Amino acid sequence: MDLVSNLALGFATAASPANLLFCLIGVLLGTLIGVLPGIGATATIAMLLPITFQLEPVSSLIMLAGIYYGAQYGGSTTAILINMPGESSSAVTAIDGYQMARKGRAGAALSIAALGSFFAGTVSTFLVAIFAIPLTALALQFGAAEYFSLMIVGLVSSIALAHGSIVKALAMVSLGLLLGLVGTDIYTGTPRFTLGIREYADGLNFVAVAVGVFGVAEILRNLEGEKTRSVLMAKVSGLWPTRDDFRRMVAPVLRGTAIGSALGILPGGGAILAAFASYTVEKRMSATPQEFGKGAIAGVAGPESANNAGAQTSFIPLLTLGIPANPVMALMVGAMIIQGIVPGPNVAVEQPALFWGIIASMWIGNLMLVVLNLPLIGLWVKLLTIPYYVLFPIIMAFCSIGVYSVNSNVYDLYAVAFFGLAGYLLVKLRCEPAPLLLGFVLGPLLEENLRRAMILSRGDPTTFVTRPISAILLLIALAVLVVVFLPSVKAKREEVFQEED
Amino acid sequence: MKSLAVDTTNALCGAIFIALGAFFAYQSFELELGTALRMGPGYFPFVLALILMLLGIVILIQSVRTDSGPLGPIALRGMLFILPAPIFFGLTVRGLGFAPALFFSALIAAFASTRMRPLMGIILAAAVTVFSVVVFSYALGLPFERFGPWVRF
Repeated sequence: MDLVSNLALGFATAASPANLLFCLIGVLLGTLIGVLPGIGATATIAMLLPITFQLEPVSSLIMLAGIYYGAQYGGSTTAILINMPGESSSAVTAIDGYQMARKGRAGAALSIAALGSFFAGTVSTFLVAIFAIPLTALALQFGAAEYFSLMIVGLVSSIALAHGSIVKALAMVSLGLLLGLVGTDIYTGTPRFTLGIREYADGLNFVAVAVGVFGVAEILRNLEGEKTRSVLMAKVSGLWPTRDDFRRMVAPVLRGTAIGSALGILPGGGAILAAFASYTVEKRMSATPQEFGKGAIAGVAGPESANNAGAQTSFIPLLTLGIPANPVMALMVGAMIIQGIVPGPNVAVEQPALFWGIIASMWIGNLMLVVLNLPLIGLWVKLLTIPYYVLFPIIMAFCSIGVYSVNSNVYDLYAVAFFGLAGYLLVKLRCEPAPLLLGFVLGPLLEENLRRAMILSRGDPTTFVTRPISAILLLIALAVLVVVFLPSVKAKREEVFQEED
Repeated sequence: MKSLAVDTTNALCGAIFIALGAFFAYQSFELELGTALRMGPGYFPFVLALILMLLGIVILIQSVRTDSGPLGPIALRGMLFILPAPIFFGLTVRGLGFAPALFFSALIAAFASTRMRPLMGIILAAAVTVFSVVVFSYALGLPFERFGPWVRF
């Protein structure tokens, strides 16, 4: 069977000693970052992106993927132990996980989170493998018009998931698209918006923009009100859940996996939404809803499975269509492009070892996380006591090296400072940076496909609605836009994001 | 009586988006716009810039109706020390070389926090520099000059 031989190829690639090592480094770094509050997975991947360029494409993508799901694990550790979610997707875990820890069941909560995540990771890895082939086949039929419409869906969905005002998110997408166009026009060779600086003729460096908008801006935000982080930590004892715990976690884990997998596939979806959806479902279905918020096992097992499943399946649109579903995937697109790989349906055909290697490495990475993290919890907790002011000079130094190492272009370093400032100001104006980054990545692709589609249709704009796949995609985008503007959904959405903060 | 509340944050935000849109629109107007069939380099950005300005106007109008709270504290000291760090690195990495440029960049960034004591900052910057030179320059073999022409005697 094809699937089996593909997976075999993938495991053979991922299990090479070098790739195993990079997978391990990735998940460890990811966990480390997930544990440290204030630095998210997006910022970390942005900062570590340059370092991976020295590696083989497969190894670098395996490592980046490892950071991503490692951060999900790390985030839940701090959420449970000190009620401080290291990642926004584990914010829900903190609700019941911390209560369990206060009741002296921290060990059990951590194991439940880890086991639930591992199960979800296993299932969703297979889902990625199963869906990859048919979706790739579908994507190969896509023309310029379909790609354009698909990217519109992705951009619109990213708006739906941004915090705060929808109009602002739309504006951020437009700004991101415009910034993505900086550089030389591919058709005529005219330099655009370079302000006469020759070093920007190749466009703004993606790494510089990402490091600035996510990394530097996040550091500045943390410096605003410096507070002492008090680590009032519950003692971790009794790691293994009881038989009763196991019995009570099975159903939530299964449901969480299903919810997470489904939401992760949607462009713009992903881990955060999955965790919230799962928590809501568990609370509704529970025979004892009053337990939620007071240390319910289902409140830990469900969302933790869901966020991990969502994190994994969000690779599906990336690997098959080349469309990033969230900012982290946008960074992966950037990584692929710099490695000389054009993301899209052709990756599976032309580079099967890379494609299946990444998929297989996800499962291996998840296994590593379960085996390593439970014994290492003590170490992670110690890291929490590192004061933040020691961290950011280190981060800034690594950012500078990393960005400079990509092209040895000093203007990229100035761009880091500029976008750091811009990103910080936008955050202060309550504008979410994620849609901007997505727009930045998709800007050139969107324009190229728009122009190509218009030329192919001889200037007839109805081509986007007369071609069936394109029309369906645009309808989806329209539906998403209408739904987020509906008053009832709007109110509910604000409520959800309120809870998250 | 309730006075007309203007949300300064959103008003500022709208104004900035309008200004940015105007900037891009003006810049793309100088490029060849082309037609819908054969779009010139300026067509797509011009349309986007108009959309951005329009959204800025919407945000500006909305700001009169809602008040979502003040701006909050601004990390002025952070901006003063964090942002120059990569710029300093960029200006000196070729002249001073990798190691000294990195040392001073880390040192500058270290003082973004009011809690950092001078000695601590120097030790930290030195440690980062030694680590980076060993890992990036020797182990990973990045082609950086460790000491540049400015510090060679």
